[in-house]
Amino acid sequence: MTGTLRHARAVAAKDLRIEVRGRYAVGSLLPFAGTVLIAFGLSLGPGRTLLQQTAPGLLWLAVLFASVLAFRRSYESEGEDGALEGLVLAPVDRASIFLGKAAAVIAELLVLEVLVWLMVVALFDLALRSPGVVAAAFVLGTIGLAAVGSLFGVLTESARAREAVFPLLVLPLATPILVAGVKATALATTGSAGQAVSWLGLLVAFDVVFVAAGTLVFGYLLED
Amino acid sequence: MSSAERALGKLTARRGERVLGWLTLGALVVTALFALVISPREAVQGNVFRLIYVHVPSAWLAYLAFTVVLIGSIAYLVTRKIRWDRMAAASAEIGVLFTALTIVIGSLWAKPVWGTYWTWDPRLTATAIMLLIYLGYLAVRKLPDDPAKRARWAAVVGIVGFVDIPIVHLSVRWWRGLHQAPARLLGVPKMAPLMGVALMIAVVAFTILYLYLMALRMRIGRAEARLLQEALAPRLEPAGRAVGQDVTSEAPARG
Repeated sequence: MTGTLRHARAVAAKDLRIEVRGRYAVGSLLPFAGTVLIAFGLSLGPGRTLLQQTAPGLLWLAVLFASVLAFRRSYESEGEDGALEGLVLAPVDRASIFLGKAAAVIAELLVLEVLVWLMVVALFDLALRSPGVVAAAFVLGTIGLAAVGSLFGVLTESARAREAVFPLLVLPLATPILVAGVKATALATTGSAGQAVSWLGLLVAFDVVFVAAGTLVFGYLLED
Repeated sequence: MSSAERALGKLTARRGERVLGWLTLGALVVTALFALVISPREAVQGNVFRLIYVHVPSAWLAYLAFTVVLIGSIAYLVTRKIRWDRMAAASAEIGVLFTALTIVIGSLWAKPVWGTYWTWDPRLTATAIMLLIYLGYLAVRKLPDDPAKRARWAAVVGIVGFVDIPIVHLSVRWWRGLHQAPARLLGVPKMAPLMGVALMIAVVAFTILYLYLMALRMRIGRAEARLLQEALAPRLEPAGRAVGQDVTSEAPARG
């Protein structure tokens, strides 16, 4: 078990090193999330109340769409020079590859989320109340999202999957995260953070189920 | 596992298929009689209520089919026998068909009764998400050309997708208000006994229909696999014989 975690840390460190040197998330995910937010703002019109009401939803949608790109990127580098084969051939547990890749994406997404959140606060006047609850929702939501994305990211080795199939797979599966995340954020920012607890509980349940399921079945996707 | 496999083989053999076909036809005729003639007209909704005899059995089939996808997926990963993958694939297609049918019939029913084709009712919304998840499953099946890889990938989606369904249901139900009672099933509490009988018959008839469709789809799956094998096989044989055969045997595989 400690071996698994040690190997997972090594995989995560590798992915984060790639990100730090390539700056993909900063260079393209953040502008993408910004574009999405501006597009939402333009499509919903300048009415202040409407934008304020929809801000939690827009925040999570921007994060969700950007995360799909992050998962793809996470496996894009594995497709180059047979890197994934190298990982598979390495004497490490398959589960540690899954956990490591998920951990790296979690770290990247959390940074992204802070910046997107600041953008939403600025653009849509999202209230700054109960930041602890909002942060908890993002941490828990990101764990579940990363579990789904890192599991099915393997499928993007197929060129056809990269375009439409991967988002088609990840977005419906992640519906509970979207619903719970938006609700928890909305409750926190309207001053009834106490009611957000059950939503955070739902996120915890999703995380447990998908991290466990991912750890168990990830190996089957990689086998060849 | 082997006795389950034997039962599966018997069910999808040519003879079992014919028997199932006649049974399906008979059961659907009886269902139509009960649904349209014998069961009484509903007091408030009138004849529109008779949609229940298609709507509820379709929804039942959708869940049954996706449960079979789960079973087939797990069985494939454990035994590595491709027939389990064929079973999961066939069941997923039927499940998607009946999920879509459930939604369409439900919408047609909702228009006169609720005054709108679509409400964000938890059950409706969760069913729509379930449809999307299994459309994703079918899309994944189209990705790899290698049958073993396709079976493995699909099995993982079949398992993870199924696990997600209860969480989706829960989240969507809470989304409509934390302490809301489970979504109402239109009119069921005040159903006449004869209506209940008709509904039971419809559920049984649709279940037989499911078995028949499974038998058909699995035979087509076997035929597809054999066709592919035959289309590729001549290339491995001596050139003299293969050249003439290549053209004739490969043509249908492309269609």
